[in-house]
Amino acid sequence: MNVLVVLIPISLILGGLGLAAFLWTVRTDQYDDDQGNAARILLDD
Amino acid sequence: MTSACPACAAAPLAQEVASGPALQFSLPTIHCAACIGKIERGLRQITGVQDVRVNLSLKRLSVTGPVNPDRVQQTLSDLGFEAYPLDLETLNKARDNVGRALLIRMAVAGFAMMNVMLLSVAVWSGATDATRDLFHLISACIALPVVAYSGQPFFANAWAALRVRRLNMDVPISLAILLATGMSLFETLNGGEHAYFDAAISLTFFLLIGRYMDHQTRSAARSAAKELAALEVHTAERVLADGTETVAVSDIALGDILSVPSGARVPVDGVLMTQSALLDRSFLTGESAAIAAEAGADLQAGEINLAGPIQVRATAVGQDTTLRRMAAMVETAENGRNSYTALADRAAQVYAPAVHLLAFAAFLVWVAATGDIRHALNIAIAVLIITCPCALGLAVPAVTTAAVSRLFSAGFLVKHATALERLAETDQIVFDKTGTLTQPTVIAPDAFTADEKAVGLALAQASHHPLSRAFAVALRDVTPAALTEVQEIAGQGVCANWRGSTVKLGRGAWLGADFDGLGLRMDNTPAKPIEAPEAVRPGVAEALQALNLPAEILTGDNDTPAQRLAKALGLPVTANARPDDKLRHLKDLADRGHHVLMIGDGLNDTAALASAHASIAPGKALDAARTAADVIVLTDSFADLPLILRVAKATQRLSKQNFAIATLYNCIAVPIALAGFATPLAAALAMSISSITVLLNSQRMRYL
Repeated sequence: MNVLVVLIPISLILGGLGLAAFLWTVRTDQYDDDQGNAARILLDD
Repeated sequence: MTSACPACAAAPLAQEVASGPALQFSLPTIHCAACIGKIERGLRQITGVQDVRVNLSLKRLSVTGPVNPDRVQQTLSDLGFEAYPLDLETLNKARDNVGRALLIRMAVAGFAMMNVMLLSVAVWSGATDATRDLFHLISACIALPVVAYSGQPFFANAWAALRVRRLNMDVPISLAILLATGMSLFETLNGGEHAYFDAAISLTFFLLIGRYMDHQTRSAARSAAKELAALEVHTAERVLADGTETVAVSDIALGDILSVPSGARVPVDGVLMTQSALLDRSFLTGESAAIAAEAGADLQAGEINLAGPIQVRATAVGQDTTLRRMAAMVETAENGRNSYTALADRAAQVYAPAVHLLAFAAFLVWVAATGDIRHALNIAIAVLIITCPCALGLAVPAVTTAAVSRLFSAGFLVKHATALERLAETDQIVFDKTGTLTQPTVIAPDAFTADEKAVGLALAQASHHPLSRAFAVALRDVTPAALTEVQEIAGQGVCANWRGSTVKLGRGAWLGADFDGLGLRMDNTPAKPIEAPEAVRPGVAEALQALNLPAEILTGDNDTPAQRLAKALGLPVTANARPDDKLRHLKDLADRGHHVLMIGDGLNDTAALASAHASIAPGKALDAARTAADVIVLTDSFADLPLILRVAKATQRLSKQNFAIATLYNCIAVPIALAGFATPLAAALAMSISSITVLLNSQRMRYL
C-alpha cells in the first residue's frame, strides 16, 4: 500500500495540470466561437 | 499645435485614427464554412480593411481598418448577406464577466469531482480502517475549498431569498451541499463509515452546468438585441446666431430652434418653421403615406424628415414629448409581465418546502425510533441529497438553452427569460400593418430603357422618401447616371439635369401626367408610371396558414390601405387605431381570457407589445419596439414564424417531461433513503443518472 504515497500526489498533480490548462483556454477566449472554429478547418485559405 | 507633454496622447491618438475603430455587424443568415470564406475574402478586397473576422456562433462580423461602414454593408448585401450594424459602445459595456466566472467555478468543481470520485471508488470497493479514513481525509481537503468557492452562486441566491423570508430552488440546494459537506467532515474526523463529499461536489458541478447554460443563452440573446444600432436620436443640432451646435436631446430648452437634416428624426415635439416639409410618420402612427406639413404645423418627436433640411422650434421637451409619454405607457404595461411566474419557480415553490419537511420528518422519526441522533442526521442528509435537486435545477435551463439556440440558428433572438413559456400559451395573434405585415416596395418596370433606369436610380438615391428608397433597391443592379443640379421639392419629388435635359421623379400630378402614383419623366416625353404596391412581407401568407390561430390586424393607417391588405390576407382589420386604442383592444382580449401574441414594429405598437402576453418584433423595428418585444425576427421573411410557436410548445412539453423524470427518480430513491439504505454510492448514482437523463431528453429539441 506504500505505493499510494506516490500515486495519490501524482493523480492530484495530473488533475491540477488539466485544470490549469482549462483555465488558460478560458482566459484566452478560446470558447468564443466554437462553431466557427469547427467550420474554419474546412477552409482552404 | 503646442503640447505641454509632447510624448503623450498625440502618438496613440494618431495611430487610432489611422487604423480606425473596429466595426461590428450582425449577420443573421450565415450558417457554414463557405459563408465565412466568402465574407472574409470578399471584404478583404475593400481598400482600408485591415482585418476581418467572422464569429459563426454569435453570427457576428468584426472589421478593423479605416473603412466606411456603408461600404462594408453594401459589399455584404452584394455578397447576398443581410447585415445589421451593431453599436460599439453598448457592445463594450456588455463584457461578459459573470459567464466567465461561472465557467471557471464549473471547471474547478469538475476537477474536484473527478478526483474525489476516484478516491470514493476505492472506498466503495472495500477500503477499510486507516486507508478509508485517509481517503476520506484527502477528499475533505479537496472538497472543502471547492465547495466554498464553486458553491458561492447558490449560497448567495439562497441567502437573498431567505432574507426576504422566501424559498427558492437554491435554498434546498445550498442546504444539501452544506449539510452533506459538514456531516461528512464530522464523520471523517470521527472515523465514520460514510462520507458524502463526492455527492456534495457532483451536485455543485451538475448545477453549475445548468446555471452556466442558463446564463449563456440569456446573455447572448439579450445583448444581441441591445446591440443592434440604436435608431433613436440622442443629439440634436441647435441653431445659434452664428451657426449650429450639437447638443444632447436632454439639454434642449423650450423655444430652442433646431435644425433637422433630411433623413433624420425630429428630436422633440415642436412647430415647423420652414415653409413646407414632408414627413414619415409611420413609426408613430402606422400611416403608410408620407405627410406634407406647412409652416406652423405641429411636429412630433420621432417623425422622419423626408425632404430638405427643416427648422423646428421646440414646444415640448423632456418628459412632455410624445415619445416619452409612450415610453411611460410601456413601463406601466411591462410591470404586468414581470409578475409572470416561471415554470421553474412554480416547481420550486412546491418542491422546496416538501423536501425540507420530508428530511425533517425522517430525522424526527429515526430519532424517535432508534434514539441515535448521528444516524438520524445521516438519513436526513441522504434524503436531501437524493431528492435530485440537480435534475430539477437542470430541467428548465437545459431545454431553454436547446430551444433558444435552435431559434437563433433560424434567425430569431429570444430576449426574455420566460418568453418561450408565455409564447406557448398564446391563442390569439394581433398584427400591426405598416412595417410588420407590409413593406414599401417598388416594381422596376420592364418597359424602362437602360437610360431611364440609370436616371431613375440616380434620382431615387437623392431622396429619403420611402418610395424612392424602395425604387433604388428595385434598381440595385443598375449603374446610376451622373446628374447635376439635383433638387428635392418637398411633397412632390426630385428633379435634376441630365445631359442638358430636365429629368423628374415624383408624384404623377407634379409630372403633369394623369396618374396619382410615382412616375418618371424624361425631358419632354410623357411621364411613365412606376408601380408601387404596398407589398406583403415575404412568408406572411405561409406563416398565417401554418400558425392556424385566430389572427387580426390592428393598424393606425387609413381605412383604404387597411381594407386592401385585410382582403388579401383574409383577416379582420381595425383601422385608425391610436396607441391607446391598441392597448385597450389587447386589454379587452385579455379580460375575455385570451393570451394574445402581438407582432408589431412601430412606436405606436410599443405599449401594445409590452402589455401583450407575448410579443414579436421584426429586426428593423424601432429601438423602443425591439426593447419591448420578447422575440426579434432577424430575417426579412416571416415564413419561419410558426417555428417559434412550435419550439415554444416543445420547450414546455420537454420541461414538463424533465420534471416528470426527476419526480420518477425521486419516487424510487426517496423511500430507499427514508428506510436508511442509501449509501453514498446510491446517492452518486441517482444524482448522475437523473441529471444525464434530463440533459439527454432536452437534446430532443434539435430534431424538431
